[in-house]
Amino acid sequence: MERYSYEQIQAFAQSWGAVYFMVLFAAVCVYALWPSNKRKFDEAARIPLEDDEASP
Amino acid sequence: MQAVSEKPFRPDLVAVPVVLLLGTVFALIEVAKSPDPLMVIQAWTFLACMLGISTFFLRRYAVGLPDEESGPYVNDVVKAGVIASMFWGIVGMLVGVVIALQLAFPHIFYFSNFPFTNFGRLRPLHTSAVIFAFGGNVLIATSFYVVQRTCHARLAGGSWAWFVFWGYQTFIVLAGTGYLLGITQGREYAEPEWYVDIWLTIVWVAYLFVFLATLWKRREPHIYVANWFYLSFIVTIAMLHIVNNLAMPVSLLQTKSFSLFSGVQDALIQWWYGHNAVGFFLTAGFLAIMYYFIPKRAERPVYSYRLSIVHFWTLIFIYIYIWAGPHHLLYTALPEWAQTLGMTFSIMLWMPSWGGMINGLMTLSGAWDKLRTDPVLRMLVASVAFYGMATFEGPVMSVKAVNALSHYTDWTIGHVHSGALGWVGFVSFGAIYCLVPWLWKRKSLYSLRLVEWHFWVSTLGIVFYITSMWVAGIMQGLMWRAYNDFGFLEYSFVETVAAMHPYYIIRALGGILYLAGTVIMVYNLWRTIRGGVSVAGESAALNQTLSVQGA
Repeated sequence: MERYSYEQIQAFAQSWGAVYFMVLFAAVCVYALWPSNKRKFDEAARIPLEDDEASP
Repeated sequence: MQAVSEKPFRPDLVAVPVVLLLGTVFALIEVAKSPDPLMVIQAWTFLACMLGISTFFLRRYAVGLPDEESGPYVNDVVKAGVIASMFWGIVGMLVGVVIALQLAFPHIFYFSNFPFTNFGRLRPLHTSAVIFAFGGNVLIATSFYVVQRTCHARLAGGSWAWFVFWGYQTFIVLAGTGYLLGITQGREYAEPEWYVDIWLTIVWVAYLFVFLATLWKRREPHIYVANWFYLSFIVTIAMLHIVNNLAMPVSLLQTKSFSLFSGVQDALIQWWYGHNAVGFFLTAGFLAIMYYFIPKRAERPVYSYRLSIVHFWTLIFIYIYIWAGPHHLLYTALPEWAQTLGMTFSIMLWMPSWGGMINGLMTLSGAWDKLRTDPVLRMLVASVAFYGMATFEGPVMSVKAVNALSHYTDWTIGHVHSGALGWVGFVSFGAIYCLVPWLWKRKSLYSLRLVEWHFWVSTLGIVFYITSMWVAGIMQGLMWRAYNDFGFLEYSFVETVAAMHPYYIIRALGGILYLAGTVIMVYNLWRTIRGGVSVAGESAALNQTLSVQGA
């Protein structure tokens, strides 16, 4: 098994780790702010306010 | 009657008894064979729990399937969870007051003839009782309530939900009595030994199954954000619990075990678990409560559903919390880079934490007047404010320069309690104040005035607690690092202990006030359940049945 040095792992984590987090964060924001999702989310926000003792 | 004629096969009614039977067999083997007297006591306790749960199930299913299991929603197990939460809340807070008094007045409250009253045994009893017994029951009860309402589906798994409830109480009893006997694996917030850990794993997998199965058969296409938080809490706690407790027992007949990890790796694993127990048990789970109960009580949708999505994924999927644990190990043998990583990730936590806090608080926009008239809503909102404060303070304390002063001092204790009493406690109380009238079909609580009293008495208690610990902690840190002109330490350790005395008394007073508030709450809830205020228009007979059930 090939072994990597601490420096190699560190360099990998510091560069690609940052990219990974930024891409993930961007993806979450795009999903949350995508215009066609707005109606779905507005409806979802009202779920707790619906009459809960009504039969499912 | 319908159920009798066309009874579908219920696999849970086979599987749950099998699990209980296996538990009973294990307990009997330990009772008969174990050379370890402590294990024998634990085994008898476990046996009593298994027989008690079996009796409960026999009585429940002896006369056929309960109506509730074919009705729209399952409520009984949620009611039981609410009662258990309040019971363990009182127990845990009372033990907290006792150990606070032991620190303030050791010559009065230290009983050398009774080893089980030693601070070292009572302290894990306090932390486990308030976090896992009180907090855990609140989370299980509210998650079972919320997932049904937001999915428009009955709780899945039939009797598994009751197994989760009673299995979890068994875990608490075994852990708590074990601490008093002196059984511990010495891991922060994970003191129970290997056999208790295995039992909790079984219970937790059942919990995950009930929750997932309910989500699976939901009639609401969208999974509401509160359920995402609950799910992440359940899954992450399972992972943390299993890895942290990987250990080799000395023998299957003895209580003692040894961790699979050693040295600094073990320390890192412990705080990976310890911090994320805070992150996912005490934060993600209770944020789920915030996202359901604040909109519900304020009667308006959450301020920004989009923000809640960003809040969730930044907090959980990016696994920020998973890396924050090393901030508990600054200036230790842990490699420097891991310490810096822990600090950096802790600072990053400001973003999602404050996003969540703003979302919770702004839900009130346009309804701020309700804070004046509704003490329950005020309690919920105050909890979010404490969440904001504690999650601001935490990252500050994780900065190495600050930590050099704060670490090992009572500042940490103050920080923990501003989160635990202010955030976790108040959001739980608020949720339970909402739940009790809903579950027991009461028009309102017995008395809103008593809620006012609870709110102010407990808030005063928190203020006493956290301010005394701030002052004491900073003083302690400064005294420890003070040098005289010759380069010697200015103070001996015992001098720093003596200086803490007045603050320990103030802290104990704060704890007593907080406990007093909880006692007021229990009285109020008991009167509510007994039927002080009942739903208008219901027949007297129905009221009577409800109050009988409640009592």
